[in-house]
This record gives sequence, structure tokens and C-alpha cells, in this order.
Amino acid sequence: MSDHEYIPKSKLGKWFNDRLPILTLANHLTEYPTPKNLNYWWTFGAILTFCLVTQIITGLILAMHYVAHADLAFSSVEHIMRNVNYGWLIRYVHANGASMFFLAVYIHIFRALYYGSYKSPREIIWILGMMIYILMMMAAFMGYVLPWGQMSFWGATVITNLFSAIPFFGESITTWLWGGYAVDNPTLTRFFSLHYLIPFLILGLVVLHIWALHVPGNNNPIGIDIKKPSNDTVSFHPYIVIKDIFALLIFLIVFAFFVFYSPNILGHADNYIEANPMVTPAHIVPEWYLLPFYAILRSVPDKLLGVIAMFAALFILVILPWLDTSKIRSAIFRPLYKQFYWFLVADVLILGYMGAMPAEGIYLLVARVATAYYFLHFLIILPVLGSKEKTLEVPLSITEPVLGGSASASMTRNRLDKI
Amino acid sequence: MKNFLKFFLIILVFCLKISFISAAEQTEKLLNPGWGFKGFFGKFDRGSLQRGYQVYTEVCAACHSIKYLSYRNLSETGGPEFTEDQVKAIASQFEVTDGPNDDGEMFTRPARPADNFVSPYPNEKAAIAANGGAYPPDMSVLVKARKGGADYIYSLLLGYEDPPSGLSLDDGVYYNKYMAGNKIKMSNPLSEGLIEYGDGTSATPEQMANDVTTFLAWAAEPHLEARHKMGFRAIIYLIILTILVYFSMKKIWSRVESKV
Repeated sequence: MSDHEYIPKSKLGKWFNDRLPILTLANHLTEYPTPKNLNYWWTFGAILTFCLVTQIITGLILAMHYVAHADLAFSSVEHIMRNVNYGWLIRYVHANGASMFFLAVYIHIFRALYYGSYKSPREIIWILGMMIYILMMMAAFMGYVLPWGQMSFWGATVITNLFSAIPFFGESITTWLWGGYAVDNPTLTRFFSLHYLIPFLILGLVVLHIWALHVPGNNNPIGIDIKKPSNDTVSFHPYIVIKDIFALLIFLIVFAFFVFYSPNILGHADNYIEANPMVTPAHIVPEWYLLPFYAILRSVPDKLLGVIAMFAALFILVILPWLDTSKIRSAIFRPLYKQFYWFLVADVLILGYMGAMPAEGIYLLVARVATAYYFLHFLIILPVLGSKEKTLEVPLSITEPVLGGSASASMTRNRLDKI
Repeated sequence: MKNFLKFFLIILVFCLKISFISAAEQTEKLLNPGWGFKGFFGKFDRGSLQRGYQVYTEVCAACHSIKYLSYRNLSETGGPEFTEDQVKAIASQFEVTDGPNDDGEMFTRPARPADNFVSPYPNEKAAIAANGGAYPPDMSVLVKARKGGADYIYSLLLGYEDPPSGLSLDDGVYYNKYMAGNKIKMSNPLSEGLIEYGDGTSATPEQMANDVTTFLAWAAEPHLEARHKMGFRAIIYLIILTILVYFSMKKIWSRVESKV
């Protein structure tokens, strides 16, 4: 945080700011000292904010035309696609926007994992982020149910049935969730209501996430604490703003490609068949962004344990700041962690692929190994690495790196010398 | 810039991976006659759409509804683009139930362009009963509702074969090499010279399959041409803006002697 007191120039501004210090806030946001060595992986915060706002605005418009009723939902979506002015555009932006949102959030999360952004003093930022991620998955799942296609219906059936694994209360809980004895109209209407609510909860958490970020300030690629403001920082505006806009535009080109040229490639063809409780699709597959967790769920033979494993896979991320015992943040100075990091990335990609395949034979075997490795990474490898790993020497500041001997450190120095 | 390229490449690989997952699991290789409506400038062939409409009404419509399409759509830009008079004439061939009138009675009247396409059966149960227990699916979004899309529909229409020896089929079940499980309850709908095209095109099964698939692709995605057109403009606009922002960014960052 900038430590100087902001005083508005105009008298009116001062009068207003004394009563509601919104100008102080604006000043803080523009002057906010940011490490000047942030790379493009740090632009995803801004991209995600854009995604959230896009989803809210397009969703608002879709809700004006959508009808949340089991008999009418499917045809109201077709009405949007055919008769509403630019309805096809709004819907495709919203549907692909969810995928782009998850693409960005996964990059954002894996960036934090690589550079140790979850470590002290940023644990709360991380936990808030995980809460946002969990809410995003809930919102996306419920949103996918709304068009009331075959995958909507059967996806909802499979996921809500998970709760029936809970001992004693399972059956009553699923009945309560459905509002009946199967997924039906009451399920659809409550999912619509919650799907409308959750984005605003996310918005609130995003405000807290950014607030918590602005207390210690950004982490940076070399993961050291820096003096703020100093030679190592630039003000948020215009330096970071323009860089975020540049990255956002690149992101939008990819986004536009999906929306305009392959709007249905990320969805499942079966969702263009109206929901039919009498016909079960051959393969029930969730959206791509849920596949790794789906693979974990299916790789455990017991239903209850599978559900526990799936939720544990998420919860383990929440407590990550205490599982990773290394004091060094950035993977740049952790040669072993860096390797394990890429193993984890590969592991999650493999899990995702296995989640899309039928759970049998070699696929199931690979999924089981990958699930085991996922937990191994967080529960064994990370805590052990913290004490065993020989880390490289860390520079003292961004502009004046320490005189170190190792190849990686000198590479960092060379890179930083160009600054 | 090098860092940036590396970054962009990784994202690209990730995107490809996602689309790969969704494109996974493929069985019999589908036929692809080369669709003019795919790609950056993809457009429907008007003649093909109009012929496809003819195939739909004269062949498919006996069993398959297309309930989300309205007659007026036939004259809209990006579609078959019949003239409004032609569409009025087409619509008036069909009877729709309307009402109740002032006496509280339901009545039938000739369809108007604003009406939805009239379905061959009053309801799904009637359709199933009339077709030996199989529901002829509604064709409004059929192309989007099948893996393989237009290729699949086209292949299925041409995929009828004699069953391999040893496989006996029940009455009213036919062998199709593209159908899941190879058994289909629709008999081969297309045969040489089945219909007579108004524009003199010779009605081979390939031609009819191509035309009707084009028509169904349009029915599933009536704003496809507008989407492609807008997409091209949007992407060009974004690229130009990105370049401008890139140089602004370079200029701004030159003040701090740090590279972006």
C-alpha cells in the first residue's frame, strides 16, 4: 500500500472524500506499486475479472429470454438462438465464456503454484481464490443444466446422485436437492435461481480477493519480498493497465475464434437433444473443466470413497499453504520443485483426458495411478521437498540480483541485467 | 517478446488439447463431400438450400418434424432466400389449427409465413406409434445434436448396405454402417431420381443427401452466415487494436527501462 496520505486537489473533492474516501481508493488503485518484473502469466487476474463481468452481462440478457421450466427451457434456448436479435451471439459468448473463464482460472491457479503465490503472507488470497474456484464450478454445473438437453439432465442426475453416497441421510438429501424423487422441474427452477445468485457471490469474493492482495502486494516471478514503492516497482496505472489490456486482447482473439468459428466444439452434441428421462446417453461426460475431478471420482471403486476423494482433491488445494513447507516461493530457485510442478501439470492433464474416456481397462488403470500421484504430490512430495530440497540463492531485489554461482541464478541475473 | 511467444504457444497447445478431448472417440470414418459453409468465409449455397428444402418436404417431412423453423425463415438472409411471395405460397400449402375463435371453437386455416413448420404427427407418441416404435427425431437442431454434425447426417443417408452374412435383421430394421450399432429403423430414404428438382439438377442420392444436409445445417444454425461475417470483422478489429496497444505499451514501458 502506498503510505502517503492522498488529499484531493479540489475543495469539493476534499469535502466528499472526507465523508466517503472513494477518491483515496481510486488513488490507491492507480498508484498501487506493482513489481515491474511481472510476466504475462500475471495478466490473468485482469482477464478473469473481464470474464466474470462478461458472464454477468450476457447472463443477465439471456435470463430476460430464457424460461426456467422443464417443458419450455429447451425451446426457449432455441428461441434465443433463432428469434432474439443477436441472441445467438449472446448465448455463444456466455457458453464459451464459461470455458474461457475456466481456461483463464486454471492458468491463474497454475501460475500461483509455480511462483509460490499462496505462501505467507498471501494464504488468505489463496483461500479466497479457492472459494471462488469452487463457486465457479457450482455456477458452471448449474448453468449447464439450464438448456435442459440430454447432458444437462443426465449430468445433473449423476452429480446430484453423488450426495446419495452420504451414509444415513444420503437419500433424503438428494430428494431435498431435487425437490422431488428425480431431477425434474423443481430442480431446474432452483438451479436457475442459484445460477443467477452465485456470480454475485463470486463478485463479492473477488473484491475480497483483490483487497487481500493489496495488503502485501503482488508476488513476483522471483518470489522475493520487495520494498514498495521502490526501483523494483511501477505504478499500476498506466504500466500494468496497458499490459493487462494487451494480454486481454490476445485472449479475446482466442475467445472470438471459439465464439464465431467453433461455438459448439467445447460442448457435447447430446445437449442439443431435449432432456428425456427415459433415454440414458451412452456416455455421460461433464464439461471439460470438471474432467480431472470426474476422473478422480470414478477411479475409486467405492462410491462414498470416490466422492470423498473428489472433494479431498479440492480441499487439499485449500490447505496447500501449510502443505508446502519450503520458505522459497518461486520455482525458479527450486530445481526439484520445478520438475515436480511439471509432473503435476502433466498429471492433471492426464486426469482430464481420462475423465473424458470410458472408465474401463487401461483408462481406468491410468486414472488410478494419476489420482494416486495427485495426492502424493500434495501430501508427501511437497512437505518433504520443503526440508530436503537444496534451493538456489535468491536475489535480494529485482534490480540488484545477488551474486550467485548457479546456472539458473546467473540466468536470472542475465535476464534481469537487461532490465 | 520471446517470453510472450512462449506464453502464447503454451496457451495454444492447451486450447488444442481441449478441442482434442471433445473430438475424441470416433468410429467409422465419416464421408465429407466438402461443405461450403465451413471455414472463415463459409456460406450456404442458395441453390443447394432450396433443393434441400425440396428434399426435406417431399421426403423427410413425411415422418420428421422441424418444429423450431418458421416458414418466414425461408425468406430471411442467410437462408434459402426464397422470395416472400414464394414463402407465402409454400406456407399456404399447410393447414394449421388455430383458435379458439369468438364462438370458442378451434378451427384450421392455411399456414402463414409467421407460423412454425407443421409437424407430421400431432405428438411424439403418435410419431412413435406410426414408425414401428422408433421416434423420428425432430430435425431443427439435428446437425448439432449428432457427433460429426453434417458429415454424420450425409454419411448416414448414404450408409445403407446389405447386412453382412450371418446377421439377421428383424422386419423394419435396416443395416447402416454409420449408425451406432449399425441397426436403424428408417429405411433407405433416398434412391436415384426419387424427386424431380425444379432447377433441373439430376437427383442422385449423393446430390439429394448433400442438399438436404446443407438445408438441415442451415436449419440448425440459421445465423451461421451472419456469425462468420461478424467473426471475421471482430477478429480483424481485435488484431489491429492489439497491434496498436502493443506499441503503446512499448512506449509507456520505455520510461522505466524495463522490457515487457
